[in-house]
Amino acid sequence: METEKPIPQETADVELELLLEAIYQEYGYDYRDYIQVSLKRQILNRLEQEGLKSITELQVQILKDKDLFNKLLGDLSINVTELFRDPLFYLALKKEVLPILKTYPQLNIWHAGCATGQEVYSFAIMLKEEGLYEKTQIYATDVNQVALEKAKAGIYSLSSLKEGTANYQQAGGEKTLTDYYTTDHKNAIINRSLKKNILFCDHNLVTDKVFCEMNLIMCRNVFIYFNESLREQVLKIFHESLCRQGYLCLGAQESLLKLKYSNYFERAENKQKIFRKTIHGNI
Amino acid sequence: MAIFKPAHLSEKRSARRYEAIVIGGSAGSYDPIQIILSSLHQHFACPIMVVMHLNRNQDGTIANDLNKQCKIEVKENIERKHPAPGVVYFAPANYHLLIEKDKTLALSTAPPVNFSRPSIDELFETAAEAYGPNLMGILLSGANSDGCRGLKKIKDRGGFSIVQDPADAKINYMPKKSLELTQVDLVLPPKQIGFFLNKAIGVGKLLRKKV
Repeated sequence: METEKPIPQETADVELELLLEAIYQEYGYDYRDYIQVSLKRQILNRLEQEGLKSITELQVQILKDKDLFNKLLGDLSINVTELFRDPLFYLALKKEVLPILKTYPQLNIWHAGCATGQEVYSFAIMLKEEGLYEKTQIYATDVNQVALEKAKAGIYSLSSLKEGTANYQQAGGEKTLTDYYTTDHKNAIINRSLKKNILFCDHNLVTDKVFCEMNLIMCRNVFIYFNESLREQVLKIFHESLCRQGYLCLGAQESLLKLKYSNYFERAENKQKIFRKTIHGNI
Repeated sequence: MAIFKPAHLSEKRSARRYEAIVIGGSAGSYDPIQIILSSLHQHFACPIMVVMHLNRNQDGTIANDLNKQCKIEVKENIERKHPAPGVVYFAPANYHLLIEKDKTLALSTAPPVNFSRPSIDELFETAAEAYGPNLMGILLSGANSDGCRGLKKIKDRGGFSIVQDPADAKINYMPKKSLELTQVDLVLPPKQIGFFLNKAIGVGKLLRKKV
């Protein structure tokens, strides 16, 4: 049987690299050290939706059309998440970490790569239930403005809350999730009291720097998109941001393996990826 | 005259060296996956990546169970590196498993594809791009069409495609759909797929110890 001639792969790869370079030069967003396969999937989806034939064609359009760029930016940085994603992680946080955080007079928490905010509110709920919320300042940051606006609004479809409710119970929630939102016909709106100590702001892990000393940093399912050198660079920022013995929480499938800065962190919990900055580790 | 050598043994074998195998399954695919993986040799010479549609908070118990039942290693912990021969990498629940162009493993939390995360198409299509003709794709029982596009792409890129015999599958929608879409190389029940893989791939020289 005669098969269709496959498109030479190199061409497409060069096109992708040129597009990322163009985005960096024109708009300042640096995706060049991201893992390419996941970017490529999202870019090809965007091509299909816009009816464009090649990545090069997209590149030409993007340099002229800011709206299109914003759409693509949304595609590239979209993490689809839910309230209390990985409930066992939150349970471990509650059992192992929050009792120690209780001993501090005040807390700074950085949620890096907060996407549409569900996990920020999840953590805020936990802090509230443990009586820590009032003395905590949460910084929730992301590169994606659209996602950040959604996070700030805290409005989620009721259907997406079904999983959240089940997760919340598994995560050791003490009340019911409905205590934390009001509803209209379609949506759940997160309570204002949960938002008041959260500052949502624009921060790019790749190009921006340390901005405050933190007791805990959450950065879940962000490292999976970075290549090794970028992970090293970002881990350095986290190391500099954390106070002595501050906590770093990564996603279930992420690790600090092979990174130089991993020497300055130790595992704080056996199963979940919760790390603690070591006392001696100051580079 | 030279000694007669069947063409399919001499030429094809040397011409094609499979570098990886990808397996996809949905509803009713646990049993076939279990049958295939447990029949493989301990020193199987190829890495295997598996996407099975799972409950979203499934925490690795399936991979652990399979690891106990199989001679080869089955794991769900995906690190950013080249997959090792004789190891089965199970896509973790709620992540897409992808193959980067340098043939390392990658994960993403991008939106579900075909209502699925992990999605079989995402693995198959990216693997087809990375491995080209040196890839084998296997699609098993299932009730949706996730994986059909991916298997076609594997075939289009010159790879080898196998589909579970619809007569044998618990839910035959996925195998049937795939047979409509792609000129599949082999249609077999799971046990035979296992035999075939052992034969086609063989045992690696480098002996791995199962951890």
